[in-house]
Amino acid sequence: MSSRQLVLLKIIVFISCLLPLAWLMYALLLDQLGANPIEVIIRRIGEWGLQLLLITLCMTPLRDVVQQPWPIQIRRMLGLFAFFYVCLHFVSYLWLEQFFDWPEIVRDIIKRPFITVGMLAVLGLLPLAFTSTRKAQRRLGKRWKRLHQLVYPVSVFAVVHFFWLVKADLLKPAIYSLCLLALLGYRIYKHRLTRSG
Amino acid sequence: MANDRQNKDTRFIEMTSILKSSKIPGGVKPSEITDKQVYLNRRKFMQATAGLALAPLFQQAQAGYGNKPLTYDKSRYKVEDELTDYKDVTTYNNFYEFGTDKYSPAQRAQALTIDPWSVTISGEVEKPGTYTLEDILKPHALEERIYRFRCVEGWSMVIPWVGITLGDLIKRFNPTSRAKFVKFTTLYRPSEMPGQKRRVLEWPYVEGLRMDEAMHPLSILAVGLYGEVLPKQNGAPLRLVVPWKYGFKSIKSIVNISFTEQQPVSSWQQSIPQEYGFYSNVNPEVDHPRWSQKRERRIGEFLKRKTLMFNGYEKEVAALYEGMDLRKYY
Repeated sequence: MSSRQLVLLKIIVFISCLLPLAWLMYALLLDQLGANPIEVIIRRIGEWGLQLLLITLCMTPLRDVVQQPWPIQIRRMLGLFAFFYVCLHFVSYLWLEQFFDWPEIVRDIIKRPFITVGMLAVLGLLPLAFTSTRKAQRRLGKRWKRLHQLVYPVSVFAVVHFFWLVKADLLKPAIYSLCLLALLGYRIYKHRLTRSG
Repeated sequence: MANDRQNKDTRFIEMTSILKSSKIPGGVKPSEITDKQVYLNRRKFMQATAGLALAPLFQQAQAGYGNKPLTYDKSRYKVEDELTDYKDVTTYNNFYEFGTDKYSPAQRAQALTIDPWSVTISGEVEKPGTYTLEDILKPHALEERIYRFRCVEGWSMVIPWVGITLGDLIKRFNPTSRAKFVKFTTLYRPSEMPGQKRRVLEWPYVEGLRMDEAMHPLSILAVGLYGEVLPKQNGAPLRLVVPWKYGFKSIKSIVNISFTEQQPVSSWQQSIPQEYGFYSNVNPEVDHPRWSQKRERRIGEFLKRKTLMFNGYEKEVAALYEGMDLRKYY
């Protein structure tokens, strides 16, 4: 892939990652989000964050399949967009769900396991976002890779967060769990392979 | 203390007598019940957040509600809160028989056959049998009831139901002295209720009330809303409405009313017993294990409201639960 193609790819990925948000704004302004728009806003943004997180985790296996570096070259952008949606989800929870009632928020985080794991996911993503620059990557050297393995527990927290908030229909969280299991399983498999080989 | 108690009781009696004397002669035309302003007044928060002057251009004009109008008496018992838009009441529904998301029932329920419809009365009752819907309803005058409706998920509506007092119906069939509970069952028909093909809950859906709850004058069987025949997604042709309990207690599309000595096990209770109890009274002090019940989002409003004890019907129903630990009997 030429550098020009890579730039083009990055632009396409960038715009694609903003499309859901654009759709949400559009639908909100046109009153197309149904009877409970706030619920849709919070849920959808959160789900996009989770989807982007899983898509980011797809980049390593994808690189192995296509035998080209471009999946890794767009990985950072995808990861940052995952972080962006997770932050939006968190802020919409603080604002639209709790209206910045801090004592209530603290109680919520302590008392409700699904909020606790959600909070852990947000906290876990923070250092990853802050050390996403090439400069930080160079400075941290080997430790950078270790640090960024935090994305695995974060993804588990994110899926568990979704699992625990659903009332009865576990189909969707089950699908995300399977995807995550496959992605993590691939890494374990690869790790074993390189070790024994 | 005693005074307080007495006060509560007199209020209860007052309310009861109001309900009893509410047969006002002459039907009310459906056009009279709802100020058009009320249902055209879409989502105030839209204007607050987006501030778009454009928004009204895209609102759908609602000429009528589209279902068969009903003739009924206007209830003197109603809440004064603003009604929830007809469109929201009839498109944002939890009716798992038609799918687990809110918008599926409004689409998928249209295929349900509700005529003919019969209801079986069974159990500890002197006049058991299977009755047509007409037979069930015939002796009763329809009455409008404007009630708050609070879902266990944390949202609420204000809905103008049309129906009959459940207690009046129960009396007709003479329950025996052994009848301690009333068990309601929803239709089981997977061919028309596609949600029943997946075991999200145990089908058919079952709900129950203690006899005194069922006989309470606030408990109704609804056959309509907004002055018209009940839309299918709202539980046509016959559903329960118990306004001081979480919405899932108000079982839809009822085909069986059974009187039992033992407390029935409701579908949600059976499915997730640690989260859903038999009583399921609206109570801001008792949280759902996974979320708080202190506040609620009234559909159409931006800010949340405080949830009221027994959904605001404390005066009327608190006596039913005197001395009960509502944390234990959630």
